[in-house]
Amino acid sequence: METTVANQPYQVNEKGYYGHFGGAFIPEMLYPNVENLRDNYLTIIQSPEFQKEYNDLLRDYVGRPTPLYRAKRLSEKYGTNIFLKREDLCHTGAHKINNTIGQILLAQRLGKKRIVAETGAGQHGVATATVCALMDLECIVYMGALDIERQAPNVARMKMLGAEVRAATCGSKTLKDATNEAMRHWINNPEDTHYIIGSVVGPHPYPDMVARFQAIISEEIKWQLQEHTGKENPDYVVACVGGGSNAAGAFYHYLDRPSVKLVAVEAAGMGVNSGHSAATTALGKPGVLHGSRTILMQTDDGQVVEPFSISAGLDYPGIGPQHAHLFASGRGTFLSATDEEAVQAAFELTKLEGIIPALESAHALAALGRLGAGPNDTVVVNLSGRGDKDMATYMKHLD
Amino acid sequence: MNRITTLFKKQQQEGQSGLLNVYFTAGFPEANDTLRVLTALQNSGADLVEIGMPYSDPVADGETIQMSNDKALENGMTVKLLFEQLENMRPAITVPVLLMGYINPVLQFGIEDFCKKCAETGVDGLILPDMPMDVFLDEYKPIFDQYGILNIFLVTPQTTEARIRQIDAISEGFIYTVSSASVTGSQTGVSENMEAYFEKLNAMELKNPRLIGFGIKDHATYSKACEYSAGAIIGSAFIRVLAEANDLEKDIATFIKSVKAPSVATA
Repeated sequence: METTVANQPYQVNEKGYYGHFGGAFIPEMLYPNVENLRDNYLTIIQSPEFQKEYNDLLRDYVGRPTPLYRAKRLSEKYGTNIFLKREDLCHTGAHKINNTIGQILLAQRLGKKRIVAETGAGQHGVATATVCALMDLECIVYMGALDIERQAPNVARMKMLGAEVRAATCGSKTLKDATNEAMRHWINNPEDTHYIIGSVVGPHPYPDMVARFQAIISEEIKWQLQEHTGKENPDYVVACVGGGSNAAGAFYHYLDRPSVKLVAVEAAGMGVNSGHSAATTALGKPGVLHGSRTILMQTDDGQVVEPFSISAGLDYPGIGPQHAHLFASGRGTFLSATDEEAVQAAFELTKLEGIIPALESAHALAALGRLGAGPNDTVVVNLSGRGDKDMATYMKHLD
Repeated sequence: MNRITTLFKKQQQEGQSGLLNVYFTAGFPEANDTLRVLTALQNSGADLVEIGMPYSDPVADGETIQMSNDKALENGMTVKLLFEQLENMRPAITVPVLLMGYINPVLQFGIEDFCKKCAETGVDGLILPDMPMDVFLDEYKPIFDQYGILNIFLVTPQTTEARIRQIDAISEGFIYTVSSASVTGSQTGVSENMEAYFEKLNAMELKNPRLIGFGIKDHATYSKACEYSAGAIIGSAFIRVLAEANDLEKDIATFIKSVKAPSVATA
């Protein structure tokens, strides 16, 4: 995990901003909790005792380091050198647990007795329920009613792990609405509850804290790529972005290496201009969502637009403030992939490499043909999760 | 002088008892009801009125106000339409009028344009719960001051004494005292814990008067709040009245009078 004090143009500044984006746009009811977190998170996570427990759990419980796999047949197909960072092999099936392990250890040190979380695809919900079982803390997960229907296996896992899954029935009944409900729950329970946000969104310090817990991804990529190729910097790092936590982790140690192209792939849904999309940077404008100034999809009147994606984990109308800064500053390249392109990419990876990716990660794979990467280039794709939870969707496309 | 400041000054000079501030959502129950509800509230004895600008993601609000926000948006309410509806409210409307809402729609309208419109229509103050104090001070305060718009800050039982003093120092008009740790509409009364917190605030001798909101729903909770402050704010309970109203003017009058003095309502 990254613990050095950030003093770089793409990292959070002392006021909690990434360029114009970030901050803590929260009602007064949340202020004391967020302030408590802001004042303590760095001290706690930088302590040697925390570091030891966190790193031991990542190794022995999560199964880190995850492999960096050279995908030979996929590389041949695209005429470049593709490596897959296998976050899909983490315990619980995605990168999400890197963050929940960190935050549960933090919650314990803040004396919290109960955990609340939001979830989209259910991966963060499962990762949160898992660490709550591990640490014997009460766990409440808000999930959009629509997502509860389309991610049934993860709902069952959360319940078996002892979490209470509560349906968010307002709005589009997806991730945005689950996040609203989790924030309301935190407002109603300010003393004993810690809110484990699953992505690099929310008020400062969440985007920075979650990015630090996910930074292990690029920390490992550096030495693993060195072992594979003799150099630690790839030419491209590619990751999908909903809120953007796996991308934030995969980009983290390359932010200040301008030779490394950072490629974020958003969900275009049925097409960027179809009216059924979640391609935030293509469709959004600066504004405030879930406690931070960022880029979000909204009407001229400032109402948040309901996003659409086949992938519940990318079905979100905003992006983390750091990603908004990477987009606005030009440091990041933002592409998008449609539902159909993502499904095709998932089948392609399965056929060529025997790996069934999560629908979210399939969006990153769908951008491979559009990078412009040549035979001398090295491309790292963050394979953020595995596809078990998406089998019902994939089965529909099997013929 | 701003109508809000004038009202509280007058209250103090005349020893008037608790002021009643009533919240309703613009464009609810129907798009064109905004001015109608505002007028009925003034005629029924509301001392201040807080008009909610509907928002798609009102995180500080409970189910009742969420419902009214959703309905108002379905009715086609926008910030632009709200200013059109309020355009000619003065001079018939004499009570102070505040707009309450979330910051994103205000940002999209443009802070300066928004404050200018407020001044033109006769809006006296804003309540934007998710606007951070430091952003207000660094970026927006000069604009608010230029157009004479007051920004109302909230304090809660968890707000530290140092922060309450800071809020008091930069506030004008009144301080919105949130009665308990909750979103709107989820409280059932005024508990002993709350009374201890209200007493603590009284003992701090702040320069600004305070109105207590969240959990105020009837005469009993209103008068309890008035024992500890300059008055009270009713929101969700009034939205429920609007949602069920058969005759808006009559039902508003009956409810407001029952809150201020129950004997009048039953007469």
